[in-house]
Amino acid sequence: MKKFFTFLSVFFITGIFALSTNAKTLNLAMDADPVSLDPHSQLSGGMLQYSHLVFDPLVRWTQDMDFEPRLAKRWERLNDTTMRFYLREGVKFHSGNEFTAEDVVWTLDRLKRSPDFKGLFEPFEGAKVVDKYTVDVITKKPYPLLLNMATYIFPMDKDFYSGVDENGKPKDAVVKVGESFANSHESGTGKYKVTYREQGVKMILESTGYYWDKNSPGNVDKIVLTPIKKDATRVAALLSGDVDFIMPVPPQDYARLERTKGVKLVTMAGSRIITFQMNQERKEELKNRKVRQAIVHAINNPGIAKILMKGKATPAGQQSPEGFLGHVPELKPRYDLQKAKELMKEAGYEDGFELSMIAPNNRYVNDEKIAEAIVSMLGKINIKVNLTTMPKAQYWSEFDKQVADMQMIGWHPDTEDSANYFEFLLMCPSKETGYGQYNSGNYCNPKLDKLILASQSETDIEKRAKLLKEAARIVYNDAAYVPLHWQHLSWAGKDNLEIEPIVNVMNFPYFSDLVIK
Amino acid sequence: MFAFVVRRIVQALIVVFVISIISFAIKNNVGDPIRQITGVSVSEKERDELREKLGLNDPVYIQYFRFMKKAVQGDFGISYFYKKPAVDVIIAKAPATIELVLVSSFIIVFLSVPLGIYSAIYPKKLFSRFLMGGSIVGVSIPVFLTAIVLIYIFSIQLGWLPSYGRGELVNINGWQTGFLTVSGWKHLILPSVSLSSIMLPLFIRLIRSEMMEVLESEYIKYAWAKGLDKYRVWFVHAFKNTLLPVITVGGVQLGITIAFTILTETVFQWQGLGFLFMEAVERSDTSLLIAYLMFVGIVMVVVNTLVDIIYGLVNPTIRVTGSGK
Repeated sequence: MKKFFTFLSVFFITGIFALSTNAKTLNLAMDADPVSLDPHSQLSGGMLQYSHLVFDPLVRWTQDMDFEPRLAKRWERLNDTTMRFYLREGVKFHSGNEFTAEDVVWTLDRLKRSPDFKGLFEPFEGAKVVDKYTVDVITKKPYPLLLNMATYIFPMDKDFYSGVDENGKPKDAVVKVGESFANSHESGTGKYKVTYREQGVKMILESTGYYWDKNSPGNVDKIVLTPIKKDATRVAALLSGDVDFIMPVPPQDYARLERTKGVKLVTMAGSRIITFQMNQERKEELKNRKVRQAIVHAINNPGIAKILMKGKATPAGQQSPEGFLGHVPELKPRYDLQKAKELMKEAGYEDGFELSMIAPNNRYVNDEKIAEAIVSMLGKINIKVNLTTMPKAQYWSEFDKQVADMQMIGWHPDTEDSANYFEFLLMCPSKETGYGQYNSGNYCNPKLDKLILASQSETDIEKRAKLLKEAARIVYNDAAYVPLHWQHLSWAGKDNLEIEPIVNVMNFPYFSDLVIK
Repeated sequence: MFAFVVRRIVQALIVVFVISIISFAIKNNVGDPIRQITGVSVSEKERDELREKLGLNDPVYIQYFRFMKKAVQGDFGISYFYKKPAVDVIIAKAPATIELVLVSSFIIVFLSVPLGIYSAIYPKKLFSRFLMGGSIVGVSIPVFLTAIVLIYIFSIQLGWLPSYGRGELVNINGWQTGFLTVSGWKHLILPSVSLSSIMLPLFIRLIRSEMMEVLESEYIKYAWAKGLDKYRVWFVHAFKNTLLPVITVGGVQLGITIAFTILTETVFQWQGLGFLFMEAVERSDTSLLIAYLMFVGIVMVVVNTLVDIIYGLVNPTIRVTGSGK
């Protein structure tokens, strides 16, 4: 009987494959194309999306934030600082070389040399070959996020990238500005290889035909990626049928796409939190905890999420979204105008004061409108806000200079972990340690720093969750910053595309698994 | 004559010099290129190292001299985004803009001349009045709105024409042309119509008013009195004399057309120089930005200088007034 079922399922699977073998092309439009073919040249969403097409990570995130084996078949923790990965056998790079443990060691070394990735891989000592298909990844201290980081290890072809190119330059150099071998050549293990690339215009990716993942339902053999920067043009391209899939989708077009026959919109709660920081060093009044609490209470962030964001955002009371270790369910948005007024009175600022605010106007969804809404909300507790908005190209240097009392920043943790928010946004800013790099509020609480530092080497999940939860409560009570909402992610495509199964919170759609009906 | 030419060339060099200074002066105000090429979580130390390596920490005047020294040898630096020499990037994108401007110039010429003449000859007719009214509307609608409306009607609603890009291209010695394929032509229609929408009404009105003025002049009256054929009077005697001011204005409008290509190309994702410029601003790709400004500046200066010199040859009075003394 069992045999019969096995036979039946094999029959069905092969049947599905036979049906899906006719070549499918996906015309894909994104707001930008990959800046390089070298996955280590820049740490950005675009480059990671590219890496998932042309390379494979050791492990990857599933939709429900679990780890899924990719080039690593399985793994086990040997001790506090070592994780052993058992690699998939018989995987070939695009160059024809075979994938082995050597490539993992080499890739990790290169990551530690890349200016963009070296910070993330700082806790790593390196990797050691055990045998051809087994590798030990070693961290300097016990490190709870080892697997999270393994999602960033996309093994590169060691032999392919070794030696020198025709200009006598080493092929493995990580070059951020200028030409290099790795910037224009690739050899990964991914389903697709790059067959044509004109930067900023078009990239064509074609299936190698020998991809190792035979269980993947994906039937797209060719992807034509066109960057379309302008939101309206990108949407028009989908509506007119010139492209099959677009990302991101501008929120003003959500309703329209939902209405239109033949296309569908897919959204998903994301982990990018939008916040305002309140600079306590620039502005005396903001040193007062009551004033900060009043500001948080005065801002109607559920309203912003509902009206401005058209429901495609989740109002936040803390940084970590649901599902993250360290998320505290009872920390809810605190909009309460009456209480805000009382707090201002208690603080002795009943008559209010004036403060300056900056926000970008093309970085986050509706960033400028959100800032404008907040200006009028703060007006209700007599805080007069002078708002300046600017394009993102100019914004970040102004942000670093801390030119205003309140500054907007959105944050998505590269590690998909709660501690990352604190490390960059709320720990005491310090040039030496590098923590608090984007803490323009200058909130500094040694107790919080201690909790987060402890969480970095706490491998016991229960204990770690406790530390992170306490940290979240501290900054909530201190009103260390203004939490607004988590931005939703959005994709849209023709309705013969099965988009839902391939998208995830990281915004790396796994196109190799995409099914076109 | 020789002194005139030398003087014009010296003037041109000064203009190029001023452009180079201006483009360098704005360089630090369009944002930090290092920010654009590094991830957000990259530490300040790493960024500083990169800045040092690219020479961005040096005083502006040292950067300027280094840039000029290389620029006179034709090296305008490396684009931060494209990771290629900026000049190569600009040259690769130029054909797209040239083809777009060429096609829309044809549209302008072939429509504005007959329409302008018609409305000058029959100013009272309904069609002329319609043209005049329509041209006011045409001038007042911003080009990006025209473009979006065209996309909405012809791409989304009717589905006749593509909404973005250049379509299939044929590569002839590095010149990527869309003139040789059907898809290339289809992609050209909407952008070139939008681009011409701004200049076309202007030229119709210009030709009309010039032509009406000429039709009032003594020699036309004489031609009528002589009993010449009406088509000969209109097209040979009157129209010929309308052209001179039209061509002069047309030359001046070239600069404005380049500015409008920025808008048109951005809406249609037309991969030309205007689009490149917009992208470079958004990405703080300062080296590419400076190279673009220098390139466009030099092209404009060279064209204007040549025109001036030719004018000087043809019309000696210009030389006299040009001396300014």
